Amino acid sequence: MRFVDEFRDPETARHLAREIAALCEPGRRYAFMEVCGGHTHTIYKHGLEDHLPENVRLVHGPGCPVCVLPMGRVDDAIAIAEHDDVIMTAFGDMMRVPGGRGSFFDAKAAGADIRMVYSPLDALKIARNHPDKRVVFMAIGFETTAPSTAMTVLRARAEGLENFAVFANHVTIIPAIKAILDSPDLRLDGFLGPGHVSTVIGCRPYEFIARDHGKPLVVAGFEPLDILASVHRLMRQLAEVRCEVENQYSRVVPWDGNRRALEVIGQVMELRPWFEWRGLGFISHSAMALRSEFAAYDAERIFDVPGVRVADPKACQCGEVLKGVLEPWECKVFGTACTPETPIGTCMVSSEGACAAYYNFGRFSRSRVREATLLADPVVRR
Amino acid sequence: MCLGIPGELVELPDDDTDLALVTVSGVRRKVNVGLLRGEEELAVGDWILIHVGFALAKIDEEEAASALRVLHQLGPAYDQELQDFATSDVG
Amino acid sequence: MTSGTERASWAEDAVAAHAGAEHLRTEDQVLERIERARRRRPRVREERITLAHGAGGKATSTLIEAVFLDAFRNPELERLGDAAVVGVGDTRLAFTTDSYVVSPLFFPGGNIGDLAVNGTVNDLAVSGARPLHLSAGFVLEEGFPVADLRRIVDTMAAAAAAAGVQIVTGDTKVVQRGKADGCFVTTAGVGLLDRPGTLDAGAARPGDAVIVSGPIGDHGVTVMLARGDLDVESDLVSDTAPLHTLCATILDVGGTAVRVMRDATRGGVATIFNEIATASGAAVVVDEAAVPVRAEVTGAAELLGIDPLYVACEGRLVAVVAEEVAADVLAAMRAHPLGGEAAVVGRVADDPPGLVLLRTAFGGTRIVDLLVGDPLPRIC
Repeated sequence: MRFVDEFRDPETARHLAREIAALCEPGRRYAFMEVCGGHTHTIYKHGLEDHLPENVRLVHGPGCPVCVLPMGRVDDAIAIAEHDDVIMTAFGDMMRVPGGRGSFFDAKAAGADIRMVYSPLDALKIARNHPDKRVVFMAIGFETTAPSTAMTVLRARAEGLENFAVFANHVTIIPAIKAILDSPDLRLDGFLGPGHVSTVIGCRPYEFIARDHGKPLVVAGFEPLDILASVHRLMRQLAEVRCEVENQYSRVVPWDGNRRALEVIGQVMELRPWFEWRGLGFISHSAMALRSEFAAYDAERIFDVPGVRVADPKACQCGEVLKGVLEPWECKVFGTACTPETPIGTCMVSSEGACAAYYNFGRFSRSRVREATLLADPVVRR
Repeated sequence: MCLGIPGELVELPDDDTDLALVTVSGVRRKVNVGLLRGEEELAVGDWILIHVGFALAKIDEEEAASALRVLHQLGPAYDQELQDFATSDVG
Repeated sequence: MTSGTERASWAEDAVAAHAGAEHLRTEDQVLERIERARRRRPRVREERITLAHGAGGKATSTLIEAVFLDAFRNPELERLGDAAVVGVGDTRLAFTTDSYVVSPLFFPGGNIGDLAVNGTVNDLAVSGARPLHLSAGFVLEEGFPVADLRRIVDTMAAAAAAAGVQIVTGDTKVVQRGKADGCFVTTAGVGLLDRPGTLDAGAARPGDAVIVSGPIGDHGVTVMLARGDLDVESDLVSDTAPLHTLCATILDVGGTAVRVMRDATRGGVATIFNEIATASGAAVVVDEAAVPVRAEVTGAAELLGIDPLYVACEGRLVAVVAEEVAADVLAAMRAHPLGGEAAVVGRVADDPPGLVLLRTAFGGTRIVDLLVGDPLPRIC
């Protein structure tokens, strides 16, 4: 696959790994936060950490929109879905997120019409094909996905569709990063910036991180070489005592973002005064709702949502994992009460969640495994 | 939100639906290119980044090539250094 | 938002159930405890069946163990082979059954009829048996077109002929409109085990070679795209095929050095690798770059956010053979029409026991676990 395979080349990875190791100051430990859930997934899926020296650690951040969805919002969505004439549509990642009373999957087994879609346009198509039903799209995601939801609402309006609505749960990335920067426990040397969010918002919004907090940030792509290259750039900045925002993902991210996408978000949505984030608490101006002109497409206005706040179980440490304060295995309920089959928290459910990624991909002892794969080498191409 | 896949434009929209035909390794998908309207000039053969059925960005092939060039330069230069070091005579 | 905060009682209960669990200090300790827990007998926690129970991953195997095995307990069933091995006097027979609920019924490369015959033939064939007789049970929905039924049945006749089997008995039921998705088919089959030795996943040993017979994921992706819900199209066709002659070739060349063969259906090759690792207590180490997969399957998988390793095939098998016969078996497979792209994709190792490791094409390492639920596509 073009623009994919070239960025997965193991030879180049080995060279980059040596460069990174060469930039390490003896005795110093480095911790870089990769904000985006997509980065977490790539790192584990490709076993990227095998290319990093022991003293360079990648800390997983809160950039997973499924992970930061509070249980109460899941309950609200299920309440909507339970109406007889409603078809609820959602991305696959949402299906097993546990709410106060269970997940979409559970609600579906109990009779609610909940369907998995790959695009808000799929939901629109279902609305066209089922004029007797009310189709609701569970809209989640950061600024990457909000423009697509907004475009879909505009299309619904243009077509005069009366049975399509959106349950808006879009959140914005900067407040999440601010929550990290304001966290007293975290000692980070820099950030890997969210690549696809940046195609929309550009790189300027991160400048305050370098300027006011003295942490370099490199906007990183999602192939494993992108991430390694970004770590390398961060290491170079530290070695050269620079502190800047860099754009490693320049093949796709424009420095000024996508003006049309930002326009479309602004046309259809507005910032909520505050929103609850799982694990991070209430954050002001951090999430989007549909503007009143689009009330006819706003599920929150059309339906009576319970709006009850459901507290995270006391034992759940998703918040600390999301902030990078805890590694997944350090969570008290990791692997016991909380497993991918029996998730307590969102970090274990989303395929971008740090706990799910670690459990499903990284759950092995590195030293033992190195021996095993060396023994199995006759098959492996060097 | 992250899952973005590069795809090649094979047909531009022929009506106002903004739907273009894109191919990913021979698999064809309709993608809405409305977010690139006014931002980019699109032509058949261009590569775009697909996210939840929408094109978020056009892939800048020069930037991609340049990024790879930088990465590839690291390798041989380093290997050369290693080789020089190994064969150098400090005696 | 209304005032008031609720608690999620299911979560509090789940945490309380593990209240005794000690807070462990090191990563290795946590991983050890997880492995021990996974070896314990699973329980079904759900009150209702969900789609996850049918996906071929963890939920399916838990359901099988905790509900079916629990009730039907006997050693042959507990072996959980693709077919059961039963004896009648001196004769050994392989006996198997499968139900087919594919949607849509007709897809590029075949229809439910092909799956129904080939699937059961393959379960017999990978068990080392010569497939002989099949039964076919139909549950038809009121309103289902007879013309479609004829197409399915004609396909089954052709597939049976190609596989050298006869459909010797069957049954038909009709249920009201809406109670069956057009047509469900169940086939059972018997085959003759006339070769020495028994194939068993537990027989895999460190050093053995793991072979895949061809490109993975064709069937699953074809069917997903054929549903028409997505605006995605491809030229892919299902890989449904009878593997009896390929299996015979493997056994002719490898003899008793063939440990086990499994046909990769729902859950994909990843599920089989896990079954082998669990049954044998060994590790299965796979080289990602060696696994054959078509570019279109990779493309579709990337688009949908799924992993081809977990995607269903219907005409592919995984064979574990002793190192000394690996080269010969591979050559013989490649010479067979259904094995042209066969490849050695990995080795059995002794550590870490019960796990499947992947050497990624990027040069890193990760594990390949059993699926939880259906392959959920990512959006992020």
